[in-house]
Amino acid sequence: MTGMQPATDDTRSIVSMWRQMLRIRRFDEAASRLLRSGRMPGVLHLTTGQEAVVAGSSAAMGPDDLLIGTHRNHGYPVARGGDLGPLMAEVLGKSTGVCEGRGGEMHLIDPSVGAFFSSAILGSGLPVAVGTALTSQLQRSGRVTLATFGDGASNEGAVHESMNLAAIWKLPIVFLCENNGYAVTVAASYAVSVRDIADRAVAYGMPGTVVDGSDPVAVREAVRAARDRAGAGNGPSLVEAKTYRTVDHAENLPSQPYRPQEEVDSWRERDPITCFRGRLLQEGHATESELDQIEKEVSEEVAAAVTFASDSPFPEPAALWEHMYVDESLNRPAAALSWP
Amino acid sequence: MRELTYLAAIREALIEEMTSDEAVILLGQDIRANLYGTAGFLDLFAEERIRDLPTSETACVGAAVGAAMTGLRPVVDMGSASFSFVALDQFISEVSKIHYMSAGRMRVPVTYRIPLMYNGGVGVQHSDRPYPMFMQMPGLKLVCPTTPSDAKAMLKAAIRDDDPVIVFEDTYNWSSRGAVDDPPAAAPIGTAAIAREGDDVTVVGIGRTVAFALAAAAELADSGVSAEVIDLRSLSPIDWDTIFGSVSKTGRLVVADAAVGICSAASEIAATVAEHRFEALRAPVRRVTSLPVHSPYTPGLEREIYPDAGKIKAAVLSVAKQAWHGH
Repeated sequence: MTGMQPATDDTRSIVSMWRQMLRIRRFDEAASRLLRSGRMPGVLHLTTGQEAVVAGSSAAMGPDDLLIGTHRNHGYPVARGGDLGPLMAEVLGKSTGVCEGRGGEMHLIDPSVGAFFSSAILGSGLPVAVGTALTSQLQRSGRVTLATFGDGASNEGAVHESMNLAAIWKLPIVFLCENNGYAVTVAASYAVSVRDIADRAVAYGMPGTVVDGSDPVAVREAVRAARDRAGAGNGPSLVEAKTYRTVDHAENLPSQPYRPQEEVDSWRERDPITCFRGRLLQEGHATESELDQIEKEVSEEVAAAVTFASDSPFPEPAALWEHMYVDESLNRPAAALSWP
Repeated sequence: MRELTYLAAIREALIEEMTSDEAVILLGQDIRANLYGTAGFLDLFAEERIRDLPTSETACVGAAVGAAMTGLRPVVDMGSASFSFVALDQFISEVSKIHYMSAGRMRVPVTYRIPLMYNGGVGVQHSDRPYPMFMQMPGLKLVCPTTPSDAKAMLKAAIRDDDPVIVFEDTYNWSSRGAVDDPPAAAPIGTAAIAREGDDVTVVGIGRTVAFALAAAAELADSGVSAEVIDLRSLSPIDWDTIFGSVSKTGRLVVADAAVGICSAASEIAATVAEHRFEALRAPVRRVTSLPVHSPYTPGLEREIYPDAGKIKAAVLSVAKQAWHGH
């Protein structure tokens, strides 16, 4: 056991990543309890097992950067430091949610911390991400876009088109593939024509890197390198993080068994949060009591978020039409079509 | 009095908007080589603001969305209506829904120009008229100007609109000439125009069927039937006040719509008028629409599919007072 590291920026950043991983995990656990107790609608797409990818990439991107995610997006607004109350309220469909209950858990965002947008149609967010990068290029803003997608989406035409377009225009964008091995129940080993999705980068003339998605520091370094390349005007990169979700595709969505239980168990035993905690202690980034303190703070933060969300009201029925258009005159049934 | 072609009017609208607002950019396949046959347009603006797209409709439509969400005002040339199908997921899942699902935090001030080309032997896969599909999707504004003046006014309005707007352009009208004031006469999105006043039968037209309806109206006048022709020009929102006002006067309605009749704009107008102005009607609403048959390449067959002045005239006569024994 080495001595304590001096509290460098990197130590703080590393410990902060662990906190973010924990925040994501506890947030998801709380949401899952709410779902199972019948206090929220629909389904949940949890980040459980993949937190290191989210925390590492969130830490790699700059404060003004734009993160565009998928249907499995709880982690990004959390890991960027978003306020858990409005995020949990959004999951419950409350009017105090980040998107007033309209977006819900599959479109969980927080633009105030750069979790700018998410699209729940696989691959569909990537063209949009190319567009935000186009704006950055034209406005010379220096903002870089992070566009995430999974192994399933890697086979969507939209992903192919987006990478090609970003490459020919040398756009400031990082493509991050969160390869968790399954697209709902279909294994990547079956569906993807190459073992490493990063190998497809050469087809677009961009660098492709594979990184251990259980190691947030490795993810951070890989994404940061891609971010810096993009920010310097050298165009897009593809980073593929190998990871695993130890939960099903969605809570409340039963299926026949599609993967061996031993496989799930072996990933659970290598839980990235537990492993990283051990590493923080071993490398002297933090003490047991500091990490225990973080656990306690996160638990309290999540509990407060659940209370806030539970106590918040649902939107009124009259709110149904709000935000359909910027043009307020259209946010109501057409007057000409009312029955006498 | 200044006369311009429809395309020249569009060119003017684009130049004016790109000049007055740095945020306006043009995206589309072949736009750099095909800017309406005019020289000098490209020289007016930085190359980075007028970008050719690779053959990637999905990426094109979506990139315009992302750019619009972050401060630009893209105008996208889709090339042909049939190509919009490739990008339908982007139109539906992104363009139309982002403002709502973000509770208004994200705006999508984007404009898409979708040309409607048909009855020109361009073949089965290139002759679609899909605007009713887009009408079914809430969250979009849709217009179809038929005159050069309206083309300029509505394209400018579309670009300035903070909501996403699709401008359908019936290519039949591209070469038409018309007076265009400076600035053009107002043609707000959501308004229809009375193209010809009349008392006996209301005819609503969309795109080139407006011209056909006007030709039919001229002939009908000789038969003692006075047709009022409405240029719908806005598909979403529809100007119900103008349509209802006209039907209240005439009691008879024909809708000429070159889309396939099933679930067409004509269907929506017919159903709505029957539902909300039943007491004004003196005859059934008749729709003159395209047959549910694909557009074959061979012209003799293809032309049978679409509305024309003759079909519109026959429909008007079939609902006119003369056909209903004075009813």
